Amino acid sequence: MTPALDIENLSVHFPNRDGAIAAVREASLTVLPAECVGIVGESGSGKTQTFMAVMGLLSAGAHTAGSVRFGGREILGLRASELNRVRGSKLTMIFQDPMTSLTPHLRVGIQLAEVLVNHSHMSWREAEKAALRALERVRVPEAQRRLRQYPHELSGGMRQRVMIGMSLLCEPTLLIADEPTTALDVTVQAQIMEILRAMRQESRMAIVLISHDLGLVAGLADRIVVMYAGRVVESAGAADILGRALHPYTAELLKCVPDLSRPRLERMPSLAGQAPSASSAEAGCAFAPRCSLAGERCRSERPLLRDIGGTAHQAACHYPLPA
Amino acid sequence: MSAVHRLRSNAGAALAFSIIVLLIVVALVGPWFNPNNIESLDWAHVAAYPSLTGAHWFGTDRLGRDLFARTLEGMRMSLAVACVASALSLSVGIAYGAVAGYAGGRWDHLMMRFIEVLSGLPLIFFVIFLTVIFGRSQYLLFLAIGAIGWLTMARIVRGQTLSIRQREFIEAAVASGASAGRIILRHVVPNLLGPVIVYATLTIPQIILFESFLSFLGLGIQEPHASLGTLIAEGAGEMEAAPWILLVPGGVLAVLLVCLNIVGDGLRDAIVGPESAAA
Repeated sequence: MTPALDIENLSVHFPNRDGAIAAVREASLTVLPAECVGIVGESGSGKTQTFMAVMGLLSAGAHTAGSVRFGGREILGLRASELNRVRGSKLTMIFQDPMTSLTPHLRVGIQLAEVLVNHSHMSWREAEKAALRALERVRVPEAQRRLRQYPHELSGGMRQRVMIGMSLLCEPTLLIADEPTTALDVTVQAQIMEILRAMRQESRMAIVLISHDLGLVAGLADRIVVMYAGRVVESAGAADILGRALHPYTAELLKCVPDLSRPRLERMPSLAGQAPSASSAEAGCAFAPRCSLAGERCRSERPLLRDIGGTAHQAACHYPLPA
Repeated sequence: MSAVHRLRSNAGAALAFSIIVLLIVVALVGPWFNPNNIESLDWAHVAAYPSLTGAHWFGTDRLGRDLFARTLEGMRMSLAVACVASALSLSVGIAYGAVAGYAGGRWDHLMMRFIEVLSGLPLIFFVIFLTVIFGRSQYLLFLAIGAIGWLTMARIVRGQTLSIRQREFIEAAVASGASAGRIILRHVVPNLLGPVIVYATLTIPQIILFESFLSFLGLGIQEPHASLGTLIAEGAGEMEAAPWILLVPGGVLAVLLVCLNIVGDGLRDAIVGPESAAA
């Protein structure tokens, strides 16, 4: 089966005056058709930049290496005009802040219809009907009226629904959701996640859910990929990550997920230390300075991502936690 | 509150706007109510005083031509130059600036250096040069003024585009598979119209003034046609003997410029907001 998305040894770096900022370092991951993969990591771990590279949205100075195949076809480094054949139709993305992701001066209906006119060469009349159906699909109340409204007339949750509706217009095979609920209230967050879950069952598309919130990702993802300092450090089925994390970093992250059923602590648990700067050269494991289990080997030799305890569970660690 | 509403509630701008509309209407329909035309000579009344009961409401110049007819002609010409030249500088400036700002990087660099070279040319020299090559015509005047005006417009548009390009809805539009041309036309240009309109209204008086200046030097409009600039130049020669020949077109020009500037300021406050007026 051809994977929906296959990222192999992807590196993204931004040259600057004293060397380069390495945002992503040789990251590899695969998303199967109709699979939901959660990407988890701290700020600056490279999770967003990895998928910006996939979408061809990196800023102008960025250098990329490696390979990104979408439905078996190489798309890394394609010209914009080539990339636009799949971008926005079969490969779509929604962003963190729905408040600013819609063009302010165009009515919602026009923005939705334009995608279809652009990609499917529909007539405007047809496209507007499809836009209405799309809004009803993502459960926007009074969809007919919303079509004629401007983005500033909608609430944040409503706008994110519009963005999701827009991303689904051309029946994508892969939807990348980059922290889709970070800017929203907790109650709205739950509604948006519910819509993503429903859409996934309806249309059998693959979803990549990027978030720093393991709890949120766990609710939707089949598989979870943990990134740290631009690298994939652990990748496994969601239950395996949550139940028996192999990488000490993942284990620490899990400890930081607040749990209402546990007795209240004096302090929120947090990870000691700071993630390494993306400009620093790495020797050994990037997590070693913050890791309580790190040994001499961790500081000198970089651990490779390898199968540990079954083929579906990979971790990049010399001393993985006992399963 | 919408921009139109804000503009209306600004009494000064509303008044100035009505005066401009009135002047334009008078300039366009006035000739039908005036028995005199711009070139017929009235030997019985040479350099006659203005009198509302006489044959010549605004008096005549030293050749006996009706000053009312000639002032209306001057207004039409000056406004036409302003409209054509600003339309030219607007369209070229927006296209050039938006492309440079959106393309960014090396293209932006090249295109902006080109503008700097052009704006380094001495303006008057450029106009004289054009007149020498192509001969004097009013179309050349439109072209010459427009050709200078778009430089600043392109700079303003490029600056605005650079900041709009960073906004997330542009990223979202790229992610939705829209081509660069579509993004510039649909998502960038409409969002920079505010500052562009404001700048355009503030350039119109500059253009009128510059046209008057060129005509005053004898590089612009030719006899028997008149613009406010040529009328003022003519009047300046008779200033001591017949001051109204200078005062009538001069007064009209002054009123027009003041009103245009007030409307421009009002528009800026209405669209961009008065708090950013200092910037």
